[in-house]
Amino acid sequence: MAASATPLPTLTTKELTSDQEVRWCPGCGDYSILAQMRKALTTVGVPREKLAFVSGIGCSSRFPYYMNTYGFHTIHGRAPTFATGLRLANPDLQVWVVTGDGDGLSIGGNHLIHALRRNVDIKVLLFNNEIYGLTKGQYSPASRVGTSSKTSPGGSFETPVRPLSLALAAEATFVARTIDVDVQHMVATFQKAAAHKGSAFVEIYQNCKIFNDGVFEYATDKSVKAENVLYLEHGKPMLFGKDRSKGIRMSGLKPEVVTVGKDCGLDDILTHDEAAEDPTLAYLLSRFAHDETPNVANPFPEPVGVYRSVRKPTYEEQLEARITEAAAKKGKGKIEDLFKAEDVWTVAE
Amino acid sequence: MSSENGSAAPTAAPPSANGTNGHHKRVEEVQSVTIRFAGDSGDGMQLAGTQFTNTSALAGNDIATFPDFPAEIRAPAGTLAGVSGFQVHFASSDIHTPGDALDALVVMNAAALKTNLRDLQPGGILVANSEGFETSDLSKAKYKVSPLEDGSLKGYKVVRVPVTKMTREAVAECKLSPREADRCKNFFALGLVYWMYERSLEPTLKWIREKFAKNPQFVEANTRALKAGYNYGETVEVMPVQYKVAKAKIAPGTYRKITGNEAIVLGLVAATQLANKQLVYASYPITPASSVLEGLAELRRFGVKTFQAEDEIAAAGVAIGASYGGAVGVTGTSGPGVCLKSEAIGLAVMTELPLVIVNVQRGGPSTGLPTKTEQADLLQAMFGRNGECPAAIIAPQSPGDCFDIAFEAVRIATRFMCPVFLLSDGYLANGSEPWKIPDVAKLPKIEVVNATAPNSDGWTGAGHESGAEGEGGSTGKFLPYKRDEYLARPWAVPGTAGLEHRIGGIEKQDVTGNINYEAGNHEHMTRTRAKKIENIALTIPDLAVTGDADADLLVAAWGGTFGSVTTAVERCRKNGLKVAQVHFRYLNPMPKNTADVLKRYKKVLVPELNAGQLSWLLRAKYLAPAEGLNKIQGKPFLVSEIVAAIEKALS
Repeated sequence: MAASATPLPTLTTKELTSDQEVRWCPGCGDYSILAQMRKALTTVGVPREKLAFVSGIGCSSRFPYYMNTYGFHTIHGRAPTFATGLRLANPDLQVWVVTGDGDGLSIGGNHLIHALRRNVDIKVLLFNNEIYGLTKGQYSPASRVGTSSKTSPGGSFETPVRPLSLALAAEATFVARTIDVDVQHMVATFQKAAAHKGSAFVEIYQNCKIFNDGVFEYATDKSVKAENVLYLEHGKPMLFGKDRSKGIRMSGLKPEVVTVGKDCGLDDILTHDEAAEDPTLAYLLSRFAHDETPNVANPFPEPVGVYRSVRKPTYEEQLEARITEAAAKKGKGKIEDLFKAEDVWTVAE
Repeated sequence: MSSENGSAAPTAAPPSANGTNGHHKRVEEVQSVTIRFAGDSGDGMQLAGTQFTNTSALAGNDIATFPDFPAEIRAPAGTLAGVSGFQVHFASSDIHTPGDALDALVVMNAAALKTNLRDLQPGGILVANSEGFETSDLSKAKYKVSPLEDGSLKGYKVVRVPVTKMTREAVAECKLSPREADRCKNFFALGLVYWMYERSLEPTLKWIREKFAKNPQFVEANTRALKAGYNYGETVEVMPVQYKVAKAKIAPGTYRKITGNEAIVLGLVAATQLANKQLVYASYPITPASSVLEGLAELRRFGVKTFQAEDEIAAAGVAIGASYGGAVGVTGTSGPGVCLKSEAIGLAVMTELPLVIVNVQRGGPSTGLPTKTEQADLLQAMFGRNGECPAAIIAPQSPGDCFDIAFEAVRIATRFMCPVFLLSDGYLANGSEPWKIPDVAKLPKIEVVNATAPNSDGWTGAGHESGAEGEGGSTGKFLPYKRDEYLARPWAVPGTAGLEHRIGGIEKQDVTGNINYEAGNHEHMTRTRAKKIENIALTIPDLAVTGDADADLLVAAWGGTFGSVTTAVERCRKNGLKVAQVHFRYLNPMPKNTADVLKRYKKVLVPELNAGQLSWLLRAKYLAPAEGLNKIQGKPFLVSEIVAAIEKALS
């Protein structure tokens, strides 16, 4: 497909818009994600009929109905499995999985882990609003400690899942985070995910206006955002803060926040390498959580952007290779031979 | 070491002179023999039984087998829980079952004797490894005194053989460890049995050469053990007679031996190849279905894609996703796995996608009896999902029939765009019979049509008049739920330009597929999905009644009980009883003439390995006077059990 001399197909956002009425709550972060997805896909060079959106259950999972592509709204938590089957049958398609934190991390946690570890070529978008929206406001596996909800009166006390840590532990080959209101960043992240060959995992901070409004305000409010968010750029030092004076430095095996020019020079600041084969540093970045360091003098910022992007053989490529290998070794199978693969005997007339 | 004839005959060889080998051996021709090999689960009894089966099949006998093994891979050696058995029935006539009572029983230890002796018929041959009856063996088998010594076996022809010692001597020069040497015991026992039934050693010798090609010392040792067993039989004259079973008169053709799971593998591959479709088989290992996944994984050169999922739910999801993507998605499992898949199966019903669910049934509920057979998942297939959720159900009647049923499953799933349950069972899965290799050119054609163009032209239903509003509202659009004459919807494969559409588990408007919660629409769609499944009956054969047209009693069964039911009915008719028989290969929908057939008989006897599930359906759907003959022991029916029930029903 890439080697073709004909220009890549381009689409308009209108062409990517189905005729179904969008029914999310007013002000929901999902609207922005939908709009940026349509925008991102206008330039990735995949024709409409080769795009498929597969979702589970939850607010986010209505997504496929609003895209004028192929779409499959499946069952709770299992979207990665349907997407895997779709890729096995039809390796030409670009398959996006749309899931939420309840869908993808709770009921579907197992499938997420296994799709990522197999490196199935699917792009998983995890809309994380740290709450159950469609079932009306119960805490989710991503809810931070203390989240007060209908099922966690007095505040939740379960350790939340860190979606990116989980994805990296599963050896996902592409891992990124973006934010619903950060539209340009989101478009760029989607485009990078689309270009990645293998399983891509993108966490999107998404505001639930009704049940968990403002949970990511520290990362979206312009007055504090610069201090709280670290934009990862491949090959660049990890700097943040209003005047980009703060940075991440390693002290032995421990990262620390330092001020450039005061605590150290620019050379001491950790450089981001998304292509590192070893996911250890990416994992370390995934541990930076805003809520865990509210009272620390130098709190860690939450990194957004691409944590990891490495090329490894996909599940589908390896399966196809095994099929080709088997056919080359034993000959392409004929049904007649298959029937007679065991000892046979003949009964004469 | 001595031969002990229970009928008080002398142990010396009889003077008969019609032996074939220069000894004073008598060869007696018999029509059929049922033999069982039993020992510890580590003794290689399944292997010995399989080899004996292959040899008998190659010798031209009709065969039927019944492997029976514990769920534990290796229960403690010598215990009652660890006994593994393999039963072979071979005959010079057409047979349908692995046999009721045993003509011969081979036991490697006291525990195997204890758990199997009850099936040996009076006067039957008992070959016992005398070294499996040491004090510790006896105590593990809960014998106070050795049954070989206490006279309790005097009703049988007992052949005591020091198998372990003889095997060790036979392989002494092969440089094996004592453990390795002892593992050849089963071949010694097999060789002895080959002598008893005048079987050729060659098929097994060939198998040994191929199997151990990389370990010449194992080839040598097993060869020696096998031959030593055979020669021991001949030299020591352990039996006064040898038995011979002539070739069976079966239809001309080329045959192979096949188990039910092997036949499913071949059927799925052949059906999808002939339909020109990709086969995607997604499964999670589970007894007794795993060998389907293993068998298909071996067939990559046929382009088969197998997927070992992280769990049963994932397996169903992958299969359905594959069907959505244009392949034939198949998921295989056993009953507990179906429980997990049921939500996904509901989605396949709702989205009207092809899906084949192979359920190799075992004893339930829950983990139940993992290695034992049962046919108690019929009502699960029928009703085991939320909502009104009809799926097609078909069931094979013999190991070989699994091939044809797999074809039917693929045909129905793709033609009607629906899930199809293929209800096999552990008995069919592991049991084997000769299978006439079909002529590929004569196999049924499965023509799968995928949508290639918009289909809204000429449609004037809801949303049409309003112009461009709503998908399908104008011409030139694709209507994913516009139905054909059987009410099947079109199958548009993602990647096809112009047919982009969305499907999902939420109720949808007929024709357009748009989300729709209207009350009337839900009823319409529910009835339409049900009617579509009923329409399958328009494409399947009528029930064929065999036996006596003027019988008062109809025996109606389904699935793997076919062999014993058929044999029982034949036996009763030979004895002068009037009996008719039908066998359901199609359970949902049932054949069109089902009501007519059931109406003709005063009594309907329904033998089933469950508490009465087909009976329940026949009574509920057809008000038939169905009476169950129900066995829930994890074991197949004995022919005699069904004969007794027929006699009782007609008395």
